[in-house]
Amino acid sequence: MNKAEKAVIEIKQIDELADGNSYLHHISPLSKLVVTLAYLLFVMSCPKYAFSTVLLFILYPISMYAIADLSLWQALKRMRFILPLIIFVNILNPFFDQQILLQIGGFPLTGGIISFITTILKGILVLWASYLLVATTKMDALCQALRQLHIPKILVSLFLLTYRYLGLMMEEVSRMSEAYYLRAPDQKGIHISAWGSFLGQLLLRSMDRATEIFHAMKLRGYIGEYRLMEKEYPPAYLYFFGWLCMFVLFRLGILAEWIGGIFL
Amino acid sequence: MHMADALLSPTVATTMYVASAGIAGLSIHQLQKSEEDKLPIMAVSAALVFAGQMINYTIPGTGSSGHICGGILLSALLGPYAAFLSMISVLLIQCLFFADGGLMALGANIWNMAFYGCFVGYFLIYRPIMKGRVFSSLSERIRLILAVVLGSILTLQLGAFSVVIETTLSGITELPFGLFAGLMQPIHLAIGLVEGLITAAILLFVYETRKELIMDVGPSTTAKLSLKQILSVLVIITFVTGGLFSLYASAKPDGLEWALFGNKDEGYSENMALDEENYGISSSLADNAAKVQESMSFLPDYAFKDNDAALGTSVSGIVGSSIVALVAILFSLGFGFYKKKGAHKAA
Repeated sequence: MNKAEKAVIEIKQIDELADGNSYLHHISPLSKLVVTLAYLLFVMSCPKYAFSTVLLFILYPISMYAIADLSLWQALKRMRFILPLIIFVNILNPFFDQQILLQIGGFPLTGGIISFITTILKGILVLWASYLLVATTKMDALCQALRQLHIPKILVSLFLLTYRYLGLMMEEVSRMSEAYYLRAPDQKGIHISAWGSFLGQLLLRSMDRATEIFHAMKLRGYIGEYRLMEKEYPPAYLYFFGWLCMFVLFRLGILAEWIGGIFL
Repeated sequence: MHMADALLSPTVATTMYVASAGIAGLSIHQLQKSEEDKLPIMAVSAALVFAGQMINYTIPGTGSSGHICGGILLSALLGPYAAFLSMISVLLIQCLFFADGGLMALGANIWNMAFYGCFVGYFLIYRPIMKGRVFSSLSERIRLILAVVLGSILTLQLGAFSVVIETTLSGITELPFGLFAGLMQPIHLAIGLVEGLITAAILLFVYETRKELIMDVGPSTTAKLSLKQILSVLVIITFVTGGLFSLYASAKPDGLEWALFGNKDEGYSENMALDEENYGISSSLADNAAKVQESMSFLPDYAFKDNDAALGTSVSGIVGSSIVALVAILFSLGFGFYKKKGAHKAA
C-alpha cells in the first residue's frame, strides 16, 4: 500500500468516526473547538518540570474518549509525524540539565529527565485532544464553528473545498504511484527522469479540472460566496463550563496537592 | 519541519498566530481587490500540493527521498497572496487529520512555511529573477530553475531558523541555541536544495507544456519597482540581516565580553538555564557584569538559554535594524514628497 492510499484510508476513518452517535458528536462544534483550544493552551502553559500538573490533564482525553467510544491507542499511532521533532529537540535535556530535583528510592531524577518526560507527555495529551475534536466533529460542522469565530469566509470556503478535493486528488496520486511502481518494481521512489512529468501531468489535469469546476459552480449560481449549511446544536453548558473550570483547577495545581494530601 | 504544540509556549504560539493572521488579512484584502475569483483553483492546487507531499522522489546516489516545496510551487502557479491562503488550508488539514503540526502551533507553521515560501521566497528571489532584474542574460528556462531552487533554499533556511528561535524562546529545550541552529541549518540546506530541484522539475515541465500557467513568465518587463515593493523588500532584507547576520557577528565576542563572560577560571558557567540565584554565577565580577547588563539592556526579559549573548544580539539586532529601516523609510517618503513637490513647481 502506498503512502497516498494510506492517507486516503486515514481520512476516511476519521470521517466515519465523526459520523458517530455519542453525546460528544451531538453537542455544539463551537464549544468543542473552544474547549480544545483552551485545553491546548493550558497544557502548553505548564512549566517544563511540572510533570504532576501536566499528568492531571490526562483526565479530559481519557473520560471523553470513553464517552465518544474512541481508542486512545489508535490516536497515539498518529504521533509518528511529530514525535521525531519533539524527541530531537529534547533528547539532550538530560545531559544539559543535571540539576537533581527529586530522589526516588535512591535514584536521582534530574531536571533534564523530568523536562524530557513532561514534554513528551504534553505532546501526547495535545495530540489526543486535537484528535478528539476531529473524530467527533464533521467537517462542515467544524467550518460552521470557524465561521462563528469570525474566521473570514474565503478561508473557510477554501478549507472546505480543499478538503472536498483532497480525497479525489490523493486517490489519483495513489493510482499513479501504483501504476509507476508496477512498471518500476525495484524503485523506492520516482526516478529523477520523471520528477517533473509525474506531478506535472497531474498538475495540468488538475488546473483544467479546477476551471471546469469553476464554470460548473458559476452555472449553478455561484457569485463568489460559498454557503454553508448551518445546523442547530443543543447547548452544552455542562461540558463547556465544567471543563474550563476543571482546566483552571488542574493548572493551579490545587487538585494535585489535595489528592496527594489524602494519600500522604 | 512542522512545529509541535508541545514545543511552544502559549505566548510564542499566540504571537505567531497574530503575525500569520496579519499576513492572511493582507492576502485576503489583495485577493478581493482583484476581479478574478480563484477559489476553486486555489482549492484544487492546495489539494494537489497535499497529495504531492505523498510522493517520494528518489535522490540519485543517496537512497533517500525528497518532497516538493509547496510554498514556492503554489506561488509560481497562483501568485503569493492566493498561494499563502492555499498553504494555510494545506497546513490546517495536515494538522487536523494527520497530526502533522499542532492546532496551537498552526500560527507558527503558517509563518515558517507559508509566509517564507509565498512572500520572502517569491518577492525576494522568484520574481526578481523571473522578471529579469537579475541574471537577465540567462535563458528563461535556466532562470526558472534558479529562481525555484534559490527560493526553496531561502524558504527552508528561514523556516528552520524560525523553528530554532520559536523553540528557544518558548524555553522548552535545553539544547543550546548555537548547537540547535548548527544542526538545523545544514540539514535544511540540503533539504532545501533537493526540494527546490524537484519543484523546479515540475514547474519546468509545466513551462514546456503550458507556459501561461506560470507566474511572471514572458518578455521581461523594464517597469521600475514601485515604492511599495522597494519598501517591502527593504523591510524583509532588514529583518533577515538584522536577525541572521548579527548572530554571526556575535560568534566572536570582543575583548571585554570575552574577559567578563568567557572566562571559566573566574567561576562563570555558560549554562544560564538553571536558577541564577544559586547556580553558575559565583564570582563578584560576573555578578557585577550581570547587573550592568541587566540595567543597560533594551530587552532584559529575553532570557535565552546557554547562548543569551548571541540571541540578545539577534533580538536587539532586529529591533535596531527595524528602527534604522523605519527612519530610512520616513526619510525616503519625505524625500519623495519633496521631489514631487519640486517637480510640480517646475511644471
